[in-house]
Amino acid sequence: MPDSQKLQLLLEYSESLPAIPAKYGENPELMERVEECQAPVFIAIEGSSEKINLFFSAPEEAPTTRGFASVLHAALDGASAEEIANFDEDFPSRLGIEKLISPLRVRGMRGMLFRIKRKTRELVG
Amino acid sequence: MSELNKIAGYANPEVLVTTDWLSENLDRVTVVESDEDILLYETGHIPGAVKLDWHTELNDPMRRDYLDGEQFAALMSQKGISRDDEIVLYGDKSNWWAAYAFWVFKLFGHEKVRLLDGGRQKWIAEQRELTKVAPQISEAVYPVVTRDDSEIRAFRDDISKHVPNPLIDVRSPQEYTGERLHMPDYPNEGASRGGHIPSARNVPWSTLVQQDGSFKPASELEELLVTSSGKTKSDPFIAYCRIGERSALTWFALKYLVGVQDAKNYDGSWTEWGNLVGVPVAQGEEPGVFA
Repeated sequence: MPDSQKLQLLLEYSESLPAIPAKYGENPELMERVEECQAPVFIAIEGSSEKINLFFSAPEEAPTTRGFASVLHAALDGASAEEIANFDEDFPSRLGIEKLISPLRVRGMRGMLFRIKRKTRELVG
Repeated sequence: MSELNKIAGYANPEVLVTTDWLSENLDRVTVVESDEDILLYETGHIPGAVKLDWHTELNDPMRRDYLDGEQFAALMSQKGISRDDEIVLYGDKSNWWAAYAFWVFKLFGHEKVRLLDGGRQKWIAEQRELTKVAPQISEAVYPVVTRDDSEIRAFRDDISKHVPNPLIDVRSPQEYTGERLHMPDYPNEGASRGGHIPSARNVPWSTLVQQDGSFKPASELEELLVTSSGKTKSDPFIAYCRIGERSALTWFALKYLVGVQDAKNYDGSWTEWGNLVGVPVAQGEEPGVFA
């Protein structure tokens, strides 16, 4: 896929990131900040070992970050804890947009993925 | 203080334009948007603005360095920019990346470059026109100009020679003190060591801008950057951050707004210094002594 199409796709993903449930909006302390992102990005997970649900909050002024969050949401929301644990850590690099998007940005996505995996481990024990 | 009065108080008032001015002069200038987030332009930009993706377009693809004269000339032609054009740069994050692009334009001696005070944030807050339509660009002719690093760019080996002249670290206090270090189970930040260059003072970049993204008045900038540490405008200054983009904003403020004659941006910044073998590092709140 040519780079321009990848960016267009990322933009579309960013526009379709689902809103977080009201309880998180009202209680942001329930979410975890993804420190690797310069933009304020927060994640939360719920569920059990059979099915994990993911929630992402990322600002509109950060469409690339929202796009990444949305891609991860599409890939992992509803997956089992095992699927999340086995999910390729290198996924952010495998998207093939590192050249278009600075390594800093990709590190942000790695941070999101890393924390999702860690939180899943902590949730299911 | 009105915007115009504030701008008139700077050492070089002509380098900043107001949103009012720009909206009336869109036809006369070449507007260039440079953001941290590379999809932001596509979500809406100032009518007629050309996108300049800092990450992919101003850097050499192989070495950690900027474009050379030929590459810059080709880039400018492609963007429809001529040597004589008046450029107005703007972007997100209070113009971090726009200031970084401004600095690169100055490495190539482009004469007429200005920043939109307040950047993207202010333009949007004032509900001014945005468009998703990319402008029609006709290729321009831009001469090959040799990049000149001597006046405004600092390199790693300049740092030890620069001491005891003022060094400004514009990162957050946690980055400056070294508090933000690798913690078990958390991916690290990207430098082997945390802390700052000994003797550097911490003046976080965000203390230079107001709520609306525009710069603070000259007197406040001068106090923050120069006088509060007992320095003067005739001292040579070097600013740094992590990769030189936040410090480009501070460099801009030092040189053009406060009027420091000799101001340089150390673009290697902490990603270089914090990973460099054998150089001194200071931690904690005190500047420390460079030894």
